[in-house]
Amino acid sequence: MAEIRVENLHKSFGDFAAVKNSNFTVADGEFFVLLGPSGCGKTTTLRMIAGLELPTSGRILLGGDDVTFKRAAERDIAFVFQLFALYPHMNVRDNIGFSLKCQGFKKAEIRRRVDEAGRILRIEHILDKSVSGLSSGDRQRVALGRAIVREPMCFLMDEPLGALDSEFRHLMCGELRGLHNRLKATTVYVTHDQLEAMSMADKIAVMSGGLVEQFGTPQEIYQRPVSMFVADFIGSPPMNFLRFQSGLARGTAEARLGDAFIQMPAVHEDVAPSNLVLGVRPEHIRFDDASPLRGAVYGAEYLGTTQVVTIDTEFGQVKARTNSHIQVAPGAHVGLRLNPDRLSLFHGEGGRAINTALFEGGFHG
Amino acid sequence: MSGASTTAHSVVEPSANSKRLAGFLVILYAVVSMVPLAWIFATGWKTPPDSISYPPKVVFNPSLEGYCNLFTTRTRQTAEYIAALGAPNGECDEVTRRREMVIAGASNYLPRFANSLIIAFGSTFLAVSLGVFSAYAFSRFKIPLADDLLFFILSTRMMPPIAVAIPIYLMYRALGLSDSALGMILLYTAVNVSLAVWLLKGFIDEIPREYEEAAMIDGYTRLQAFFKVVLPQAATGIAATAIFCMIFAWNEYAFAVLLTSGQAQTAPPFIPTIIGEGGMDWPAVGAGTTLFLIPIVVFTVLLRKHLLRGITFGAVRK
Repeated sequence: MAEIRVENLHKSFGDFAAVKNSNFTVADGEFFVLLGPSGCGKTTTLRMIAGLELPTSGRILLGGDDVTFKRAAERDIAFVFQLFALYPHMNVRDNIGFSLKCQGFKKAEIRRRVDEAGRILRIEHILDKSVSGLSSGDRQRVALGRAIVREPMCFLMDEPLGALDSEFRHLMCGELRGLHNRLKATTVYVTHDQLEAMSMADKIAVMSGGLVEQFGTPQEIYQRPVSMFVADFIGSPPMNFLRFQSGLARGTAEARLGDAFIQMPAVHEDVAPSNLVLGVRPEHIRFDDASPLRGAVYGAEYLGTTQVVTIDTEFGQVKARTNSHIQVAPGAHVGLRLNPDRLSLFHGEGGRAINTALFEGGFHG
Repeated sequence: MSGASTTAHSVVEPSANSKRLAGFLVILYAVVSMVPLAWIFATGWKTPPDSISYPPKVVFNPSLEGYCNLFTTRTRQTAEYIAALGAPNGECDEVTRRREMVIAGASNYLPRFANSLIIAFGSTFLAVSLGVFSAYAFSRFKIPLADDLLFFILSTRMMPPIAVAIPIYLMYRALGLSDSALGMILLYTAVNVSLAVWLLKGFIDEIPREYEEAAMIDGYTRLQAFFKVVLPQAATGIAATAIFCMIFAWNEYAFAVLLTSGQAQTAPPFIPTIIGEGGMDWPAVGAGTTLFLIPIVVFTVLLRKHLLRGITFGAVRK
């Protein structure tokens, strides 16, 4: 197992820059997720780590060795493809043992390791079957088996759950994380599904337009997004944005939205008068008739224990996650109270976060 | 039958009557196209007088004379000379002596047939090998001007190959490739390779890249991955392509007439030159044609499953 370091990685296809100066480090044994919308460069980054693409510039270090321009076969990595890429002309056992055969292992050793992988993944009963008749879940397990049998320095997974139906995806999420907890293998996992990323990752890098927007734990990324893009991409429903115009002096802990003064984390920099955006997660909004921040209820989605209430305000539409026993009628005028510790502040232009007390560590969970 | 409507019939399945009609048309077409083949086959078993009798004989006494004449050359002898010979050595001897002739030696049919085999298999192998490598390159790599190159390759099929017969004839004479098996193999390969590239590119495009990438991560080089992973999955396409190339090279007549005359002559230009006494030896021609059909029929039957899948490949996603 090994640490993966990516330094100033850049990749262009002709005029198009797919990945721009990416930097991140995946610690030994960490489950790392590259998250972003399609076309953001996350798969290209993964393929460069695997050696399936060569970077235009930058370095990739695997366990301390510079592998930037080494062939895929020389990197001691395992790759799980979205479409699994099980060889259709081989049975399950041969598929799992294929890489060992390539490396010239003895038959008995291959057999032992394939059986071991089959036991870990609980697929011993299908080892001698043809891969063409397998269910998608079993194919997924065989693809994982092919990866773990090599005992590689790291696992690279390209949307491995993308081809599964949603119910099964949830189950496999749990299995994958469980497998990681047992094997403690450094894993780089690419997905566009933020729920998958949040539920499995130790660390997440959110990518957009070829850039790593934010790199951190799921908690950091959720609670302290560094840009409106990250705030909007993570969370379901995503963060609400209240747009207003103001200038803020260093140390200010209050924003004026219309007639309402909203308490928020103190600003650590002077902000010239401009378009600003206040970001608030749906669960950090509660109803309070005394609050001067007001809006009209647009509708509510019942989700069991909670409900998501949509409210029209003069600063834009917001969604609040509340207990489902609170009765709200469409059209009713309500006051909204925002949790002052958990508010994010962004520049309206460019969407970068403004440095506030929010970024001073400390309030996970 | 009552007119009561039932829902027992399927909406998407053809009805029994349309199936019957389709079957009838297929059989009719098969019969019409089989008539010349049946005629050739029958002629091979006729005697020379029977083969040119008018009206044509549909019922006749089969004779080995056509096959005997195909494989032998004969000389006319006097009746006394033939009477002085010992007992005839086998059926062919007897048939020949009845015409007051004796067998002088073997005909050129077998060497010509062997030429056909060598040239057809050689050019098919070359065209498919070149085709599969180029198709893979076009399918997987970024090649500058790939579309123009593919169009250029296809453009060699946009005229009948025989249109360039004269330049090729002159070129072959200058290069010393006239009447050589190598020359014919190169020529048929050149004609077939465009078909092979285009057909195989379609098949290889359908094979997901992930297979090779997985194999390359598992420790293979690209070339090993190509042989171990891509080729087995392209087997169907390769078989279908091989049949098409084989049929062209086996049946090609015009270039064979033009460029071969002696040692490299293939069977198609040889068969019509079988002359007997007083004109064409039609039974020998029929016999030669019948035997000539056998290899291509066997080859096609062996690969027919691939051929059918090959033609419909990619039409429906599983």
